[in-house]
Amino acid sequence: MSKYTEEDLEKELKTKEYEYGFYTDIESETFAKGLNEDVVRAISKKKNEPEWMTEWRLEAYRVWKKMTEPDWANVHYPKPNFQDIAYYSAPKKKPKLNSLDEVDPDLLDTFKKLGISIDEQKKLANVAVDIVMDSVSVATTFKKTLGEKGIIFMPISEAIQEHPELVKKYLGTVVPTSDNFYAALNSAVFSDGSFCYIPKGVKCPMELSTYFRINEGGTGQFERTLVVADEGSYVSYLEGCTAPQRDENQLHAAVVELVAMDDAEIKYSTVQNWFPGDENGKGGVFNFVTKRGLCETNAKISWTQVETGSAVTWKYPSCILKGNNSVGEFYSIAVTNHYQQADTGTKMIHLGKNTKSTIISKGISAGKSQNSYRGLVQINSRAENARNFSQCDSLLMGNACGAHTFPYIETKNKSAQIEHEATTSKIGEDQLFYCNQRGIDTEKAIALIVNGFSKEVLNKLPMEFAVEAQKLLEISLEGSVG
Amino acid sequence: MLKINNLHASIDEKSILKGLNLEVNAGEVHAIMGPNGAGKSTFANIVAGKEDYDVSNGTIELNGEDISELAPEERAHNGVFLSFQYPVEIPGVSVTNFIKTAINESRKARGLEDMPAKDMLKKIREKSELLEIDRKFLSRSLNEGFSGGEKKRNEIFQMAMLEPKLAILDETDSGLDIDALRIVANGVNKLKSKDNAVIVITHYQRLLDYIVPDFVHVLHDGKIVKTGDASLALELEAKGYDWIKKELV
Repeated sequence: MSKYTEEDLEKELKTKEYEYGFYTDIESETFAKGLNEDVVRAISKKKNEPEWMTEWRLEAYRVWKKMTEPDWANVHYPKPNFQDIAYYSAPKKKPKLNSLDEVDPDLLDTFKKLGISIDEQKKLANVAVDIVMDSVSVATTFKKTLGEKGIIFMPISEAIQEHPELVKKYLGTVVPTSDNFYAALNSAVFSDGSFCYIPKGVKCPMELSTYFRINEGGTGQFERTLVVADEGSYVSYLEGCTAPQRDENQLHAAVVELVAMDDAEIKYSTVQNWFPGDENGKGGVFNFVTKRGLCETNAKISWTQVETGSAVTWKYPSCILKGNNSVGEFYSIAVTNHYQQADTGTKMIHLGKNTKSTIISKGISAGKSQNSYRGLVQINSRAENARNFSQCDSLLMGNACGAHTFPYIETKNKSAQIEHEATTSKIGEDQLFYCNQRGIDTEKAIALIVNGFSKEVLNKLPMEFAVEAQKLLEISLEGSVG
Repeated sequence: MLKINNLHASIDEKSILKGLNLEVNAGEVHAIMGPNGAGKSTFANIVAGKEDYDVSNGTIELNGEDISELAPEERAHNGVFLSFQYPVEIPGVSVTNFIKTAINESRKARGLEDMPAKDMLKKIREKSELLEIDRKFLSRSLNEGFSGGEKKRNEIFQMAMLEPKLAILDETDSGLDIDALRIVANGVNKLKSKDNAVIVITHYQRLLDYIVPDFVHVLHDGKIVKTGDASLALELEAKGYDWIKKELV
């Protein structure tokens, strides 16, 4: 009898190669490695930034220089040598694009391999894509439709030129330059990213979407995203990431800031599958990301993330519930395999009255990976009637992986209601046999069980991306049978 | 349809089946009865291909083909269905999604395209009516929080959807109240045809009042020790299993 066991599955997973491990040979312009004030100035100059921006970066750099890398997370990795990283890389042939025909064919090919060909994307109803490739945006679509509504959606480098008053007003207000080591570094050297502004009362008619890629070997990627939803507005934003296979570890230290003014709502969804390293834990992306949103009165911010990639993940999308009646949500699926390590979760800071937060975290560990949920729920003394519900579920595959939960609760107001639930389960032999008996093979059965386990979070993703995320979960866990 | 010859099987070095012979033809209903520990569930699991057992001797043929080397899903694709005594829960996977996946995987194995959504819906509606299943039930997570009766009804619903050639019902009557028993039995009877066969595994005569067997076998200590018609079940009910045990001595 051909016995297909969990061990067989594990073996299979070990031999699975990273699907997106290819390298696009586009001429790039890269700065020499290392970081000092001159490099920061050079980056700013390269991007033709105004004086205030250069000073802002320099101040961040000076703060960063005095900081040390945090080591409290449940992850272990060789600390990057920050003087051995090139801090700027831009595709050399920077095309001014009037149509897709003008895009570098190699680049288009890369997008096709990623399954995000712009041709397709353009046809995809209601999705505007701003593609960031090695730090410089090379294509923007749907700009016109958005423009008619007064919505600004552009690379942040362009926004600094065209809307300096908006950028200056909000940049660094949610994540200050001195917030943490990686945020300070990002503030000093960020290369590009996206800027989005939704005017008062406007409901953004389409999902806004950005794909990030790390392409040039040995270059760090420091994205900066700023989304501002003015009073009574609504926007749903999706960020998706893939990176080609590389032997040396690559550093990714992004900062995302969300501002939801009174009665505004922001949905921010992420699908992340940066190169996780090979079966021996060699290579892979270090993903140290700071994401935070600020909610004013009656505002709502939802973070939804599907994390399947990166060798090391350090990421806590958070909400500051400043205004009364504001709502924060965090829905997360984190999958780790091989030697991947993820320390991810959220912070819900309740400042206003009647503020509500919900945390649903689903961790799936396979191989020799370590998967940690780390979350903070903080109820401030003035936050009357604050409520939080947290649910952290872990699913284990095999005996060599680990799942950890670190929930922190700090409350200074007696009227707070806080609930925390946690479960840990394993995919059972009896579940697999049941599926097999109904004609479903083990590989498909695992996909089915994992999707069921993750359903509450998958349901929070915009429709077209839920399908993509489901596919990604299967790719990450299934191996490459048949 | 099913031909089992001299089947020996053990688990953890403990011998359970000790030379079981059974032949089931298309259009027939067989009942296997026997006391606890006789090997009834082991028999069902081995035919379905569960891998925990060590099959040391004997053959299992389905329509002339030896299936003992096939994986459980391959046996399912060949038309074997097992209604579980204790159906497992799969959180977050709805009854509809599960059965859709099962049907399409079987179709794929036969080189067919996925069943069109319209046909699938029609079939689901038809079969759920047959088993008096509420539509809301179909969107619930598989077996999660189901009552004993709901679980068994769901098993027979899946059987109705998959249209197997050989269905083995492992203690489908346990945990059923009299109304649920009637519905489930009624469902099985409607699915019966001259082209398929049913093996009913049970402790009690009760279910056999509704699903009338052509043959009744008594399984004792890993072997079929007595075979008769429906009246054997009544006799067992009246005299108890000790009667068989005494007869064997």
